[in-house]
Formats: sequence, structure tokens, C-alpha cells
Amino acid sequence: MATQPRSNRDTDAWARPVERLTTTATGAGADTVTGKRVTGPIQGFGQMWQKTFSVRLEGSSLSPQDLVSYWKKRFPTFWPKGAAFYAPLAGIAPGEVALLEVAPVPGSPVKMSTGVMVIFSDSESFAFMTPEGHALSAWITFSGHRDGETTVAQVQALERTSDPFVELSYMFGANRYNDRFWEQTLDNLAHSVGVETPVVDSLKVCVDRRRQWRYVRNLRHSAAVNMAVATVTAPVRWLRRRSVS
Amino acid sequence: MSDGTRAEMRSTAQADTSVLRIEGEMTSGSEKVLMDAFGRAVDGGARTIILDFGGLDYMNSGGIGLLVTLLVRAQRQGKRLMAVGLNDHYRQIFALTRLDEAIGIHDTEDAALAAAV
Repeated sequence: MATQPRSNRDTDAWARPVERLTTTATGAGADTVTGKRVTGPIQGFGQMWQKTFSVRLEGSSLSPQDLVSYWKKRFPTFWPKGAAFYAPLAGIAPGEVALLEVAPVPGSPVKMSTGVMVIFSDSESFAFMTPEGHALSAWITFSGHRDGETTVAQVQALERTSDPFVELSYMFGANRYNDRFWEQTLDNLAHSVGVETPVVDSLKVCVDRRRQWRYVRNLRHSAAVNMAVATVTAPVRWLRRRSVS
Repeated sequence: MSDGTRAEMRSTAQADTSVLRIEGEMTSGSEKVLMDAFGRAVDGGARTIILDFGGLDYMNSGGIGLLVTLLVRAQRQGKRLMAVGLNDHYRQIFALTRLDEAIGIHDTEDAALAAAV
């Protein structure tokens, strides 16, 4: 039974597959994304987590569709301090690639440059997928839904750490740091629509406790490792430049 | 959203292979319907489960996420997942999300059955 062409309601919401990423985003210190492939939880190294964060927008008149539209337009403004999201020219739309700068650990003066690809976007949700080199191999979905009379904003991540280096950091606090990132994002979003005392609920499930050793070589793309190497070797490079001049 | 998902399980000529036909929508709200059908297939002795997407007309990123958790569950139980009935659009989504690296895609049920042996 051969498959017949048929139209689907989600056709325009999905990005087309790409072999290598390119971006129109500007403003970031570095573009470490162009030329990379996207990765998801299937290609990650560490344990697989499903994390769901939600906040009830009590008192807000926004419908789920209004919320998602508002969220897309102002997405970078809800990120916690110290993190930057450089949107592509077309905004959050299927196939677009954004650049990010995030602190690898709280308070770090050094920022890690990476990005995300928008793989899905419709009136009720949008989703990102991470590129090679990102600390996480993940899909992250942002959505709005109705619970009774109240609109609920939700972030759901399905993720593995990309390599053993990040997995180790996840075991020693980075996992919780990542949770706080999304909790703070939803808190900021809720405040911006007039919720005075938002309560962010979180649910974390370890979907797969096994580590995928066949992806240990993801280390060669690691933005965290590259950043660490660049930081450690900076004095040597400085001395070398000085001796040449 | 789960009201929009139907999952029907049936056995095949091969005793250890079942077909799970998915119709309607595939979102995160489809979890119970899909996992229940998968559980019935496993309880029936299936070692390979062929997911038939021939009746699928909407899938969002939550639906793709659900397929990954189903894949993990299948792997944990030593089961194999295959996919048939994907039109060009859904094949592209499998390629985009690199789900095609973990779930074998076949043009027809017969081809999947042959590969399951």
C-alpha cells in the first residue's frame, strides 16, 4: 500500500529538513551554529529527562492563542538576566535559527555561544531543537492551553545532555540550574501579563536512566569544551601574538 | 486533544509482530491512547510493533516527543518500532527531527514485516 499525497493541517507549521544550519540572527558575539546539524534527545549522551514547567495566568484575559502570539513576539525579553536570545530576522517561524548566549554556571562572566532552530510553530505552540555543540540535545516546546477559565503557559523540554562533560555538570547542579532558567522565564512571562504572584509548577521525569555511550564523541562539538579550551589557552595565544608583533 | 487520537492495534501473520494504526491527531495529549495500545501489543507477545501513520492528519512537536518516549519504552522492553504509512510531509518531519535514525521507515506493511523477520 503506497502512501498517497494528502494535505495535513500542520503542513505550514513544521520546518523543512536541513542538512546544515544557517542563521539570519545578528548581535551575538559569535555564530557557533552555522554549518552544524540539529540534534534531539535521540542523539544525546546523558539520561533523558522530560521537564514540564507551567504557570497559571490568573486574572489575565489572554486566550492560549493570544498568549503564544505574544510569547513569540517578545520571547527574548522573558529570559533570565545573564542570558541573551538573538532572534532571526523573520522572528520565531518554522526553519529559522536563533543565536543564544548563556552562562554555563550561575554568575559566570564568560558566556557560552550556541543557538536553536525553530522546528514547529503554530497558533498554540512553538518548539526549538538544539544544534550540535549545545549543552543539551533537546526539543523544547512552548505552549498555551486552557484549564477551566484560566490560560496556562507551559514549557516542556525533552532532553539529554549532549556529552559526558555536560552530564557530569548536570549531576553536580547544572540540572537544577537549567530548571531555574525555565522557572524564571515563566515567572517573567506571567509578571509581564499582569500576574502579581505567579506560581510556577514543575514536573521532572527521568524517561531513560541509561547513558548513550555511542554518542560520547559529541564532545568534539561541545561549545562548553571549546569555551573552556579557549579560556585556558587565551594567555598562550596572547603571548604568541605579542611575540609575532 | 486526546479526543482526536485513535490508536487501533491488530496482529499480523507473524505472531510476534503487531500493527498499531494511529488516526487523527498526534499531540502530547495522545499519550494515554498510544501507550495503552502499545501495552496491549506487548501483552499480546509482540516483539516488533509497526506504527501505521496512514490515518494521521495532524502532529505537533508534542506528538514527536511522545514518539521518542514510546521509543525509549520499547527499547527498555527489548521491542522494536517501525513506521509505515508516512506521507512525504511526515517523512520530512521524521528526517528533520532525526527520528528516522531510530525508527525504521518502510513504504508498506509487507516491507516492514519482511524487515521484522
